[in-house]
Amino acid sequence: MKALRKIFDNIKPYVEEGGKFHAFRSLVDGFETFAFVPNQTSRVGSVNIHDAIDSKRIMSFVVIALIPALLFGMYNVGYQNALAAGALESTSCWAMFWYGFLAVLPKILVSYIVGLGIEFVVAQWKNEEIQEGYLVSGIIIPMIVPVTLPLWMLALAVAFSVIFAKEIFGGTGMNIFNPALITRAFLFFSYPAAMTGDNSVWVSQSKILGAGYDVVSPDALSGATPLGMAAQDSFAGFDCNTIHDAIVGLIPGSIGETSVIAIAIGAVILLWTGIASWKTMLSVFVGGAATGYLLQALGLTEIQWYEHLVLGGFAFGAVFMATDPVTSCRTECGKYVYGLLIGFVAVLVRVLNPGYPEGMMLAILLMNLFASLIDYCFVQRNISMRAKRATK
Amino acid sequence: MSKLFSEENKAAFSNPLNLNNPIAVQVLGICSALAVTSQLKPAIVMGLSVTVITAFSNVIISLIRKSIPNRIRIIVQLVVVATLVTIVSQLLKAYVYDVSVQLSVYVGLIITNCILMGRLEAFAMQNKPWPSLLDGIGNGLGYAWVLVVVGFVRELFGFGTLFGYNVIPKFLFDCGYTNNGMMVMPAMSLIIVGCVIWAHRAYNKEEK
Repeated sequence: MKALRKIFDNIKPYVEEGGKFHAFRSLVDGFETFAFVPNQTSRVGSVNIHDAIDSKRIMSFVVIALIPALLFGMYNVGYQNALAAGALESTSCWAMFWYGFLAVLPKILVSYIVGLGIEFVVAQWKNEEIQEGYLVSGIIIPMIVPVTLPLWMLALAVAFSVIFAKEIFGGTGMNIFNPALITRAFLFFSYPAAMTGDNSVWVSQSKILGAGYDVVSPDALSGATPLGMAAQDSFAGFDCNTIHDAIVGLIPGSIGETSVIAIAIGAVILLWTGIASWKTMLSVFVGGAATGYLLQALGLTEIQWYEHLVLGGFAFGAVFMATDPVTSCRTECGKYVYGLLIGFVAVLVRVLNPGYPEGMMLAILLMNLFASLIDYCFVQRNISMRAKRATK
Repeated sequence: MSKLFSEENKAAFSNPLNLNNPIAVQVLGICSALAVTSQLKPAIVMGLSVTVITAFSNVIISLIRKSIPNRIRIIVQLVVVATLVTIVSQLLKAYVYDVSVQLSVYVGLIITNCILMGRLEAFAMQNKPWPSLLDGIGNGLGYAWVLVVVGFVRELFGFGTLFGYNVIPKFLFDCGYTNNGMMVMPAMSLIIVGCVIWAHRAYNKEEK
């Protein structure tokens, strides 16, 4: 740590105003404040309320919470590849993980380089401090796309979302929509063939740097995902093994969203550190389960209510996306309404719209739009209640 | 001659092209700008139709501006515009049928285009025919160039073509390039119009 501190102290004079490398000021500043808590304190004479941790530290906790799901996602990429090649028995656990690591790493790099690159340029241009929000989005984005997605599409979508979902609104903390979901929505509507479809989209099929297998008979991958089958009315129900696999996460899907267990570990970290709100998280699950139960009781779907919660991106969205402190509701009562409606809309889209087998992304984006309205209603209600109490 | 192209008349023509652009500055006529711009050809035809209609309706209203009773002026304006729109619509059907099918209801909806009524009320009712003609052409072309820019971007990236001809080389598709499906949707054209407005304001920063 001391060595790092020394490096930053040595570099600093060069990037100050008038220094040789002034153009890189925001870059150095960004890395420095990421590694060390800044030593400025609030000015005397003004009233400030400060938490013990700043937003860069919050972001690092979220990244830590995402790591179990990411690591499991890498393993699952290798597992699916070996499964499709029919070589499950002869492949070791580490070989699968190594293959998945090689498949996922370029996506993480592209996401961070493009996203942070734009953030740094904008910060330098507007002469502001570098904003840290992208640290989390940058790791979530590779986790919510299929492993076969071409890198140039990812780069384009990241650039679109950082510019149009974030910087236009004023940067971190000002955005209305979750930038990671905007990235996914852009990809989903721009390149539907690369984002949805049968299992060949979700399973990596070629060797990477000598690791893994080339899948020679892609026919094995022509099956649809459970949600895809349900959308086309050809779903015949699960056996116990599939449900078990869906909870452990050994099913084809976006990189980081398959394992409910890994996501649960992340959820515990988020709740324990107090970053995510348990109210939002719980009410998303309750809303989804209740809607699933209702629609199944009405005979509109074959999927059981608990299966909705473990399939697709529901758990991932509920834990990491719906609870995003910037785009979700801030009033305590509003969090319940916000979460319940996300669960409701997500399952509704899944069941009633055959064009969209997965509704979580659309549900969260829609409710992002309404979050401030929900807050407004509750704030107004509180104001009028207190006014009544005061005049009594 | 010098009187015909005086400073004021020149301004009546050139202002709507840039500093007082109906789409980029006044943000009028957005619905049709989003609806017809998925390809370049309908965008150009639409832009020209609106130019012709604004020009002629401006002249006609300006000619009869003193005899229009003030209380029913909107109805009179509507009758003039509706007549011109019907003529243009019939001409399009006769000579460029495929484009008129693509434009579908949006030719008829030129009647309700805010730019037209705005120019009649704000300019033609107070000015002589010649400046009104220039103003009409200027506003129509100001509308048209934004449509052409949006149509160009949307057709290039959404279909990989321009005027229906493939312009994206085949080896790019072989490398894995794909047309952007979102460009075809109206949602994306709203974002592109936003970008045009953004660029326009940034470019004209000092003028305001």
